[in-house]
Amino acid sequence: MEIVISVSIGVLASAGVWLVLRPRTFQVLIGLSLLSYAVNLFIFTVGSLAIAAEPIVKPGLAANLTNYSDPLPQSLVLTAIVIGFATTALFLVVLLALRGLSGGDHVDGQEEQP
Amino acid sequence: MTPNHLIVAPVLLPLATAALMLLLGEGRRSMKAVVNVGSAVVGLGIAIALLTSVDAQQAPAAFGIYLPGNWPVPFGIVLVADRLSALMCVLAGSVGLASLVYALARWQHAGVYFHVLFQLQLMGLYGAFLTADLFNLFVFFEVLLAASYGLLLHGGGLQRVKAGLHYIAINLLASLLFLIGVAVLYGVTGTLNMADIAVKLPHVPASDRGLLHAGAAILAMAFLAKAAIWPLSSWLPPAYTAASAPTAAVFAILTKVGAYAVLRLWTLCFPASAGASAWFGGEVLVWGGLVTLAFGSVGMLASQQVARLASFSIIASSGTLMAAIGFGVPALVSGALVYLASSTLAGCALFLLVELLERSRQVEVGPQQMDDGNVALRGFLDAEPPASTNLDDDEEALVGRAIPAALAFLGLSFTACALVVAGLPPLAGFVAKLAMLTALLDIRSTAAWALFAGLILSGLFAATALVRVGIRHFWTTHDHPAPRLRVVESLPIAALLAATFMIVVQGDALLGYARATADALHDPQRYIEAVTNARPQPLATIGTP
Repeated sequence: MEIVISVSIGVLASAGVWLVLRPRTFQVLIGLSLLSYAVNLFIFTVGSLAIAAEPIVKPGLAANLTNYSDPLPQSLVLTAIVIGFATTALFLVVLLALRGLSGGDHVDGQEEQP
Repeated sequence: MTPNHLIVAPVLLPLATAALMLLLGEGRRSMKAVVNVGSAVVGLGIAIALLTSVDAQQAPAAFGIYLPGNWPVPFGIVLVADRLSALMCVLAGSVGLASLVYALARWQHAGVYFHVLFQLQLMGLYGAFLTADLFNLFVFFEVLLAASYGLLLHGGGLQRVKAGLHYIAINLLASLLFLIGVAVLYGVTGTLNMADIAVKLPHVPASDRGLLHAGAAILAMAFLAKAAIWPLSSWLPPAYTAASAPTAAVFAILTKVGAYAVLRLWTLCFPASAGASAWFGGEVLVWGGLVTLAFGSVGMLASQQVARLASFSIIASSGTLMAAIGFGVPALVSGALVYLASSTLAGCALFLLVELLERSRQVEVGPQQMDDGNVALRGFLDAEPPASTNLDDDEEALVGRAIPAALAFLGLSFTACALVVAGLPPLAGFVAKLAMLTALLDIRSTAAWALFAGLILSGLFAATALVRVGIRHFWTTHDHPAPRLRVVESLPIAALLAATFMIVVQGDALLGYARATADALHDPQRYIEAVTNARPQPLATIGTP
């Protein structure tokens, strides 16, 4: 499972970085979204990966990460998702405003001169 | 012992005010203006009360601890008001109030939600300065950034939207780095409470130390991008130049939030006692700060627009701060704190002045108009005087020409601003620079001498750039009538400059306060003990009237 998660984080992050460096505003937006997915998955993994482990302490089982999953990264991810969603929406509005004002979708508001 | 609710008040008050103003709807501007100014005044009052309360208590008790959820310490969020937080809160409150009063003249009419966004900006600032929890710091960073996105776009126009897009993209990336850093630190230490992290760091096994350093470095990247340390500073000049005057004036403290976060976390987590991690990354801070100082100073000289010049002065002050912090010497940090206060106030005043200067050049200027940045400075020699100007000795002597009061005010304020920014005597910048230079003489390392030279040279560069602007605006002859100033526009500038003057008059007291702050920062055990010894209220006392 570690391999699957690591590879998916890596693919998302590298695709995100590549898209963020593109000159089109929409590509930057998608790149930022992909990067935030990668970061969210990454936060998820710092609480150690476990299958079918709950964060609720049961009597008789020692309260450590071999028996339970850590609930805190999950709540952090939840907060990060909400904040990332809101700021991405705001970015989308600015993107549309720039498109309306400049008539193009270049991040600098004008095409590069060759 | 009853909890000190004053500590949470600076966060709750702007939040409640913003909610109230949202309910007031899109109209009722004058009512919103009154509510907003009232709330900002009360917020500043609370910040000053916090400052006096932490200053009155002698060390090690100079900490106000507040547990918002009444959870025991490492588990719940903690708010801590110590000397550094209180100083930053007072600065945020002053800068906020001054910009707000200035905005009442015309900028508040340029958009519907200006007042709401402004209060949320203040809430994010106060929260970021008061929180003692790493993830809570992230949340408050996002609050202040989200509000700053809105404020930056205030007034509209292609320039602002373009600069805003870059600003938002950069800050979203920095926020992602922030999250990665927080996640790694949580993975290594298993806690998010800053004091608890500092307790657990020395016990991190050697196998995890590399991961810990990587996490701390990634987190620092987020703060350094916010503080506009070169090469992460290219977003700042376009954004601050395009922003409306009151917005840019508030933004003068936003870069200081990054410097604050570095100062707080770095001195707390990597002090001299941290063993293998002692002063981790200090060299990067010092040399990064020095390069930023050089970049900002050269940028000031190269700027044609006054707003751009002011933006580069913000970068230069950020570099000075970061380099001074990086040495980890209390005497130097105390000078840097005074410098932080004076440069924030002067930067705010300079951004407010810039618009008045530009307006005095163009007669009928509206809020939407901006200098497009393509107008180069005219040479002083080939600038043709207007035909009506009497320059001829044969006709009559140039005597008794009255300088209009507005122009005199602008000129004097600009001179005072320039003195503070360049760090020349007799104003506040000089006191701060003198304190830093004295401390640097005792360090005696290559980096210290480099900063010593950098401080002096940057002062020369700043003075040259500002004198050039002053000559261009006040000494060349103009064809247009004297600018008309409104009281609400000149009052905040005068108040900010009076505050920098007070820093000189009260220099001894302020330096003493800064010294106590720096000593407390470099002895993190006091902070850790104060936070870990906080106990939640017993349940029986909650709910009783």
